[in-house]
Amino acid sequence: MSEAVLHAGAGHATHHADYLEEPKGLWSWLTTVDHKRIGLMYMWSVLFFFLVGGIFALLIRLELLTPKQTIMDAETYNRVFTLHGAIMTFLVIIPAIPAALGNFALPLLLGAKDVAFPRLNLASLYVYWTGAAMAVATLALGGVDTGWTFYTPYSTTTGGGVTLMVLAAFVLGFSSIFTGVNFIATIHKLRAPGMGWFEMPLFCWGMYATALIQILATPVLGITLLLIVMERVLGVGIFDPQLGGDPVLFQHFFWFYSHPAVYIMILPAMAVISEVIPTFSKKTIFGYKAIAFSSVAIALLGFLVWAHHMFVAGMSLFAGAIFSFLTFFIAIPSAIKVFNWIATMWRGSISLEAPMLHAISFLLIFTIGGLTGLFLAALSTDVHLHDTYFVVAHFHYVMAGSNLIALLAGMHYWWPKMYGRLYNKKLAAIASAIIFVGFNLTFLPQFVLGSRGMPRRYFNYLPQFQDLHVVSTIGSWVLGAGLFLTLAYLLASFRQPKGMPANPWGGRTLEWETPSPPTTHNFEGQPVLQHGPYDYRPEPAPVGVKEMAH
Amino acid sequence: MNWFRDFLLPRGASTHVGEMDGLFMFITWLTVFFFFFNGGLIFYAVRRWRRRSDKEVTPHITHDTRLELVWSLIPLAVVMLIFLWGFKGYVKAWVAPNDSMEIIATGKKWVWEFEYPDGTRTLNDLHVPVNRPVKLVLTSEDVIHSFYIPEFRLKRDAIPGRYTELWFTATEPGIVQVYCTEYCGKGHSDMLARIFVDTPEQYETFLREGDEQVRKMPLKELGRLVWENKGCATCHSLDGTRGQGPSWKGIWGQKHAGADGKEHLVDADYIRQSVLMPQAVVVKGFEPIMPTYQGLLREREILGLIEFIKELQ
Repeated sequence: MSEAVLHAGAGHATHHADYLEEPKGLWSWLTTVDHKRIGLMYMWSVLFFFLVGGIFALLIRLELLTPKQTIMDAETYNRVFTLHGAIMTFLVIIPAIPAALGNFALPLLLGAKDVAFPRLNLASLYVYWTGAAMAVATLALGGVDTGWTFYTPYSTTTGGGVTLMVLAAFVLGFSSIFTGVNFIATIHKLRAPGMGWFEMPLFCWGMYATALIQILATPVLGITLLLIVMERVLGVGIFDPQLGGDPVLFQHFFWFYSHPAVYIMILPAMAVISEVIPTFSKKTIFGYKAIAFSSVAIALLGFLVWAHHMFVAGMSLFAGAIFSFLTFFIAIPSAIKVFNWIATMWRGSISLEAPMLHAISFLLIFTIGGLTGLFLAALSTDVHLHDTYFVVAHFHYVMAGSNLIALLAGMHYWWPKMYGRLYNKKLAAIASAIIFVGFNLTFLPQFVLGSRGMPRRYFNYLPQFQDLHVVSTIGSWVLGAGLFLTLAYLLASFRQPKGMPANPWGGRTLEWETPSPPTTHNFEGQPVLQHGPYDYRPEPAPVGVKEMAH
Repeated sequence: MNWFRDFLLPRGASTHVGEMDGLFMFITWLTVFFFFFNGGLIFYAVRRWRRRSDKEVTPHITHDTRLELVWSLIPLAVVMLIFLWGFKGYVKAWVAPNDSMEIIATGKKWVWEFEYPDGTRTLNDLHVPVNRPVKLVLTSEDVIHSFYIPEFRLKRDAIPGRYTELWFTATEPGIVQVYCTEYCGKGHSDMLARIFVDTPEQYETFLREGDEQVRKMPLKELGRLVWENKGCATCHSLDGTRGQGPSWKGIWGQKHAGADGKEHLVDADYIRQSVLMPQAVVVKGFEPIMPTYQGLLREREILGLIEFIKELQ
């Protein structure tokens, strides 16, 4: 791209108003098919539910400050942790990066005007809102006390709004499928001229792998949830042994989706990190193909490991061995990625802006999250640790720590592109440090609680566990403070004038070649890829020569 | 480095402990090592190559096949070692020796019931002889529960409609805590049990005469112990708070309005009947959900409960 395009965003005299300004009015937002607006609406919806789920988290931690009742009774506690889990999983973490950042950034990174099916994209947002409203409506029916995993026969026999909650998750699945279909079509068909598969930014590979899981695994969850509804409402015996069903069958069905769903949560996080690290190291990504294929490998292997959630659930010895064996293979692509990211930083020109600070947090937290997975993949140690706080800590390191910190990295990275404004960098640096400390203070003690034998989902606990629970609760306040600080300075950035240049970070991918914020159609005309996504040489090697020859 | 193991893990009291603890500590040190290894590399890179000028040019290194093979194959070898190590321990914990003593353990909301080979039954307190393999056959009467003994490093789900097994040889006499680790509702976190690892003599006495505590304790104290340990506390409070069942505070000598529309005087006979045939009279406004304690409490324990309730004014 020419230098002229690079600086166009700084001026006020651009030909078109940006996508935030034109067209105006609430109605134009609610009926928009612009991927950027849909991405932003997703982002704010996700942040809203993150706030709700986060408040539930703080209540849980407060309750656990003392071994007996602190602020609520056992039945309320069970509803609160169920809602925390269900909201955070289905309404926050699964859509967080793909639907919010992915919708915003993917077409820009590809040099496209929009996603392949813009109206389907808007439909997915409305489906998400419908599902979210149904999930919230369960509160009126007395809440749900099954845990977000809906294990049978508990879930088919307990009272409350289980049926509605299950249907909400069913509906939310469709919003996820719509996004997945859209991304696959977009990546196949709408790459800029000159952009082969291996000239795509790695974010797109991450989104592609995620979309594969979304469309292949989500239907299984949908069917399973409908079976629960059939059992609850019609009394069809599928999972409840009293009706002739098999409760362990539910666990197979459930984890056949929900384990791949863990990779719906982590692959997008890895996708963001693969963009942030090269930009702020000003250096080409190390091992592009290794990272790209690792994403696909994780997506495919993710389908073969579901029963590692069931090593103590009465599976056969042979099945346990197979699933343990396969699970260990997931460790390899994950390790490869981490080493590749560190190698990318090596001999780079490292700038510690807020997105990079979050990316470094991610690397450290994901290292712990990944390695503690080994305890749970190994059969004998899993028997001791299964369903204890060790598991709680492990999946928070992977799902909450890695995913949400990557979300923060991505939001800070693309914030100038989204709004043309910058947040207070000093506060952002401080907040990232507070979040890192708070997160570890909250969840590191939980590993020890678990290895010492503290079971999860406990309202009362034995006094010997209190010290570590107190540390964890204090950590949750630190973490909460960091997140509220982030929200405050992000909102405060709206008081700044829109003055960000097209490429504030010196990135090499296409989204930085259009003004900040872009116009509705993203680019002036069709951009043509000139160089690879992470080529920081003064004279980048040209790509797509064949196309240009015509 | 034993202090670190003792910090992370509870006391070990079964033959499965060594296998599991060895692997646990191996992975722990691996995690610690790689955390500091990665962290050190990142820290070094940030210090050494922090951007000083926007004009800095970085080397264009796209990949290094040899290096990438190294950091793929070494982790692969390590995780395969962990797999085999974990599998070995799992197999050992899977197959019970032929001469194991068999005890049936049934989970139900929110108590554990044990039945011994001679027909003795206990609630929440399991007595086993030390140094003898014991096989628990687990099942459930309602939802899934899970029988977890941290000090034995063992856990297995109790599933309605099928039997699962768990075996151990306890190595030290004493009391061991048992937890339910599959979420089962309101009383999940109170669904605790204890394993009394007895010397052979203590075990014989237990089979013949019941718990030592049951035999020697004053009735009133025994009543409180029954309330705490046999599942009463999950539903019946002592301070007037409403639970799944009516509170016991001040009920002695009062009249209870029954769901049958009649009034029932709370006296010794009433309490005895409520324990053994809980559905005979259900207090108005409560669900008929209490399980029967027929055969699960000794006569002296029921007397203890009566004395205990009498004092709760």
